[in-house]
Amino acid sequence: MKLHEIAKILDAEILTCSDSDIEIMSACGSDLMSDVMAFVKENVLLLTGLVSPQVIRTAEMMDIRAVVFVRGKVPGNDIVRMAEEKGIAVLTTCEPMFIACGKLYSAGLTGKGV
Amino acid sequence: MAKSRMDLHYEIPADDFARAGEASSSVKKILVQLGIDPVRIKKAAISMYEAEINAVIHGGGGNAEVTIDADKIVIRIIDSGPGIEDLELAMQEGYTTATDEIREMGFGAGMGLPNMKRYADELDIQTEKGKGTVVTIVVYFHQQG
Ligand SMILES: Nc1ncnc2c1ncn2[C@@H]1O[C@H](COP(=O)(O)OP(=O)(O)OP(=O)(O)O)[C@@H](O)[C@H]1O
Ligand SMILES: [Mg+2]
Repeated sequence: MKLHEIAKILDAEILTCSDSDIEIMSACGSDLMSDVMAFVKENVLLLTGLVSPQVIRTAEMMDIRAVVFVRGKVPGNDIVRMAEEKGIAVLTTCEPMFIACGKLYSAGLTGKGV
Repeated sequence: MAKSRMDLHYEIPADDFARAGEASSSVKKILVQLGIDPVRIKKAAISMYEAEINAVIHGGGGNAEVTIDADKIVIRIIDSGPGIEDLELAMQEGYTTATDEIREMGFGAGMGLPNMKRYADELDIQTEKGKGTVVTIVVYFHQQG
């Protein structure tokens, strides 16, 4: 699933100047970063309700190229800039975590065959 | 590929959450520049980051000493914090002494040490109550054996 499709499904705004054509194969939703780091798939989308520079650091270490902040959380400029430097796309959606994950899963982002 | 040995030193500031992970970030960039296999880089980056965060949260800050040579990276994260009282227990998935405050910052799943164990090719932890902790992580750049 392309990032721009994900943005559409979640009615999310892309806050970084990023390539929205990147391919996402699976997704991981968590507010605890070590849970994210236990997730061993490729081309991962991270959904989180945590707004912290550590979200971007975690994405960096994991080679995660796109992060969605759920529940209407809008990260500060420092976080957006940090993500941009590392080539990570940042999105924000008003949907809560459960709904956001559910919508993506129903749309076919099941992580199967990765 | 690195022909000669490279020694790197970083300070890990205590309780500075905005800066936590800078050492790991810097090491990751160097490995990318050296053209190391991305799968190997990810193993090293995640292990080091988990150890670095632990040093910030639990160890009162410390130092990172990193050596890169042609076939491996050796990462030592050293703190002089309270030490780990029961290492076997701490290694279990889900075990944490993190406070709510730490959880609000995104840590405290009790998965950091298990993640290090999973991603590092070799993991050694020396810890003494009241003295501190030294975590040594080795990741090889090529498939071993
Ligand atoms: N450097 C350290 N100094 C003192 N105690 C430590 C250190 N590293 C880990 N510990 C202890 O071991 C426990 C488990 O560590 P681990 O990294 O697995 O989980 P965590 O840090 O609590 O949460 P997470 O890593 O999932 O965010 C910690 O809660 C802490 O009590
Ligand atoms: Mg930890």
